[in-house]
Amino acid sequence: MTESEFLNIVLPFKDKVFRLAKRLLVSNEEAEDATQEILLKLWNKKELIQDYKNVEAFSMTMTKNFCLDKLKSKHAQNLKIVHSNYQDNNASLQKQVELNDSLNWVSKIMEELPEQQKIIIQLRDIEQYDFNEISEMLDMNETAIRVALSRGRKTIREKLTKTHSYGIR
Amino acid sequence: MVLDKIEQLLKKYDNGETSLQEEQQLKHYFTQETVAPHLEVYKSMFQYFLQTQQEQFTKDVPLKPRKTFTLYKWISVAAVAVIMLGVYTQVGNSRSFSDLSDEELYAYNQTKKVFNLVSSKLNQGSENMNALNLVSSNFTKGAESIVYISEFSKTTNKFLKTNNK
Repeated sequence: MTESEFLNIVLPFKDKVFRLAKRLLVSNEEAEDATQEILLKLWNKKELIQDYKNVEAFSMTMTKNFCLDKLKSKHAQNLKIVHSNYQDNNASLQKQVELNDSLNWVSKIMEELPEQQKIIIQLRDIEQYDFNEISEMLDMNETAIRVALSRGRKTIREKLTKTHSYGIR
Repeated sequence: MVLDKIEQLLKKYDNGETSLQEEQQLKHYFTQETVAPHLEVYKSMFQYFLQTQQEQFTKDVPLKPRKTFTLYKWISVAAVAVIMLGVYTQVGNSRSFSDLSDEELYAYNQTKKVFNLVSSKLNQGSENMNALNLVSSNFTKGAESIVYISEFSKTTNKFLKTNNK
């Protein structure tokens, strides 16, 4: 397989890989590294690619596992890169701006979700995969996925409602 | 679209039961400027989803490490070639007897003679060493007879002790 053939296969979903990695790892740089790593792994296994039924689903599974591994090793090192460190209390103006910027809030709320719900919402609501595709990627049955999805969506909505009505009621 | 239908869809959506088409309808509805005030929450949610969907991976697709690997492969090939060349030239340089000139052959024979002489003298020397062996065996005999002397001194001591009493 030549480089251009490989790129033709990979390009349609490389953004999805990146977005999933970013959803899990939060930081932009980490997500970029992870994406490169995944693409590299695919390239090294390029002879096998034809044998995979669904390269995209396979790559998404790889991404999920890779990112979860990364998070695990971060936890093991007692290092939290996750952005708990730049909460400053005195920036009240910035906070007000943020309050208006509800899109930002959604992303913050999504950061707080359990990893599984994060992944599922990412795959369903943002990447718009079919339920059976998701179940193939995550190796879960559809009912469990629907339950997790519903929980995640409800949590987001409830927390958003809280932040929206903050100071009003 | 009728608000009723949207609310129904949202209920289904919250339970994770909507199909992709229905979710598309919802997304479409919430891209409007104005939505019903009690649904504002969903608006930011869906807009966030649409916005993040635009995000792209801008870095190059890296396929380089594979290349460095092939580079290593060629370096190892070159190293093997160099080693083979070295061995070949070494082997090629060594000459057999037939290549030697008369002078070299003469020098070779002379050296051989000298070494033979030295080795024969060495053997004679080692024969002389036998005398030393004889001395050492006699010496051990002497050492054995010292044992008798010490035995003798023991008894003398006993004798002296009784005298002291």
